[in-house]
Amino acid sequence: MSVAVEPTRTDKHRTRQRTKPGYVRMKSTRRGVDNPKRSVLLTVLTGIVLIYSLIPLVWLFINASKTQADLFTSFGLWFSGDFALFGNIGDTLAYDDGIFGRWFLNTVLYVVLGAGGATFLAVLGGYALAKFSFPGKKAVFAVVIGAVAVPGTALAVPTFLMFSEMGLTNTPWSVIIPSLISPFGLYLMWTFASEAIPTELLESARMDGAGEFRTFFQICLPLLGPGIVTVLLFTMVATWNNYFLPLIMLKDPAWYPLTLGLNAWNAQASTAGGEAIFNLVITGSLLTILPLIAAFLLLQRYWQSGLSAGAVKE
Amino acid sequence: MKSKISPAVLRGSALALAAALALTACGGGGNDAGGAAPAEVSADDVQAALDKGGDLTVWAWEPTLEKVVEDFEAEHPNVNIDLVNAGTGNDQYTALQNAIAAGSGVPDVAQVEYYALPQFALAESVQDLSGYGAGDLQDTFSPGPWSSVQANEGIYGLPMDSGPMALFYNTEVFEKYGVEVPTTWEEYVEAARTLHEADPNVYIANDTGDAGFATSLIWQAGGQPYTVDGTDVKVNFSDEGSTRFAETWQQLLDEDLLAPISSWSDEWYQGLGTGTIATLATGAWMPGNFTSGVPAAAGKWRAAPLPQWEEGGTASAENGGSSLTIPAASEQGALAYAFLDYANVGDGVQTRIDGGAFPATSAALESEEFLNSEFEYFGGQKANEIFAESAQNVSEGWSYLPFQVYANSIFNDTVGQAYVSDTPLKDGLKSWQDASIKYGTEQGFTVSE
Repeated sequence: MSVAVEPTRTDKHRTRQRTKPGYVRMKSTRRGVDNPKRSVLLTVLTGIVLIYSLIPLVWLFINASKTQADLFTSFGLWFSGDFALFGNIGDTLAYDDGIFGRWFLNTVLYVVLGAGGATFLAVLGGYALAKFSFPGKKAVFAVVIGAVAVPGTALAVPTFLMFSEMGLTNTPWSVIIPSLISPFGLYLMWTFASEAIPTELLESARMDGAGEFRTFFQICLPLLGPGIVTVLLFTMVATWNNYFLPLIMLKDPAWYPLTLGLNAWNAQASTAGGEAIFNLVITGSLLTILPLIAAFLLLQRYWQSGLSAGAVKE
Repeated sequence: MKSKISPAVLRGSALALAAALALTACGGGGNDAGGAAPAEVSADDVQAALDKGGDLTVWAWEPTLEKVVEDFEAEHPNVNIDLVNAGTGNDQYTALQNAIAAGSGVPDVAQVEYYALPQFALAESVQDLSGYGAGDLQDTFSPGPWSSVQANEGIYGLPMDSGPMALFYNTEVFEKYGVEVPTTWEEYVEAARTLHEADPNVYIANDTGDAGFATSLIWQAGGQPYTVDGTDVKVNFSDEGSTRFAETWQQLLDEDLLAPISSWSDEWYQGLGTGTIATLATGAWMPGNFTSGVPAAAGKWRAAPLPQWEEGGTASAENGGSSLTIPAASEQGALAYAFLDYANVGDGVQTRIDGGAFPATSAALESEEFLNSEFEYFGGQKANEIFAESAQNVSEGWSYLPFQVYANSIFNDTVGQAYVSDTPLKDGLKSWQDASIKYGTEQGFTVSE
């Protein structure tokens, strides 16, 4: 849902930050890398992309403010009727004994353990692959690159069958364990670690008598900060929006993440005798993406420096 | 990343998975079929199980069951029920067959729609309830639902709700264009022309190909395309009833008189609200969906008897409706039956009617209170009178295929062609027939035309 939109939003933000200082400097008629000549065409194009990216969010916000009756009878891209946003939020949180809150906590649990664990493993693995040489390193590289190319969806069914044998389906572990694996994160950390940590630094640390653990946690981890945040954001978004894996693994609504829960609410409208709650589905979706937006706004500084790591060869 | 895969792809793979699981589950279950005599469980056994208490897992998506479970637990504090919504319809069947095949996580009670019940019954995935004394309930339920839970000379579920059909129509639209509410399908086609001519935005109905709807209308027309005797199955859409439906609906398709909107979609709810979809022929469970899903058109809709194939006729059919079953793998049969009895025969029935469900028991359908209740949504109309009469007039002799879930899933690949291309509906039905026969044969049934 929101994934495709978010990076663009961040890019926008970055552009704005860059142009602002440039704008001030333009008065001194200095032109250079910091202050490229403005192109009308590019401005218009980015403007279009901006609007294209923001419209779904605007739509979501506007429609979350409508009552169920107004939803279908009013124009979609403008407010109409009573401003029912707060009533809708209250209803969303209260519906079905507050199951939305439970789904929210489930999602947080999956993100903290799944995405957090995936990031931790990626950092450990990436560091080891970047800074140690051992036999079979090339084979590991080949496997990781190969794994990046396999979509998670393709692995969901075999994973289900395996977990079913182990009796893990329909438990939170069935969602958390597969989320712990992020080949892309590992690859990113690997590249990042080999650029960000000078081998000389490691050598002098060892020379001064620091053990391997101390070297890693006290010297290398701070250097890896931007990379860690980047991987964390990637895995967080992937886990937060994960739909197919929990769909296959979970039956009990008490363990649903928000994605499945919202889908179940949406399906009520196509059930004989079911209660259609479109307004709550829309408001619930809005509430679902808020934490992601917050995470991006808070972490975007690190995200940028992480993305550009290794872009320039020294 | 997972999140970048489009919903369509996801849906596609989910369907493929569902199909694959359904195949394996069906094959696996089929091997066990035939033999097992129904367990004999007396009323005393059921009472003893109730006194002893225990835990029950119930898989159902029917919203009114929540209150029923609550009341049941209050009455029997020893019993603890875990009510799980494992998905609606097909999603739940996939999950259920999946659990049965895996041999773990099978619920003690499962909601199964009538059209899907033969599939579970023939595979002996659900228990024959004759041994629990369900045979004595013959007069408790109205004839349509009662015949729907029978298969293989056994009783595989207790009817929970039913969907005797009626015609819902938007009075405002009909009055505005001075059109009479049709009483026959011939008049219906005529009304479709008049309405669409008067306002090109208005359609008599929406239809993009719906297996449940098409089979229901064939059922009403007296058609019997499916004949099932154990594993001997006949599929034939050339009988009179099927032909009648095909010819009438062909006119609506040829003249583009049906809105190209799928039922249950957002556009559908919108069309029902704004009056661009003027009628809806469906089951009597619809008022609940109207009230919550189409609040904008409150007071504009009314119910009328289903249009007839013969002038002056009263024939009707069922559309939708479901039963509660006890999966074969449940070890809590007696306790599960106690719940079935409470929910579908006992006090649960009234609780569910109060919650907006449409009952399947004769007593409820004939009660004064039920018949006299006025629907605010339908402008105070006593719509239950129409529904109850429809329930009495459901055409006899209908049966679904023991692989109807699969058959319905390929409806749009076959009959659906008639809705989007020049393929005549008759040919579409024929290719549906062929595909159903092919699949049934592959599954080990003896299928003929």
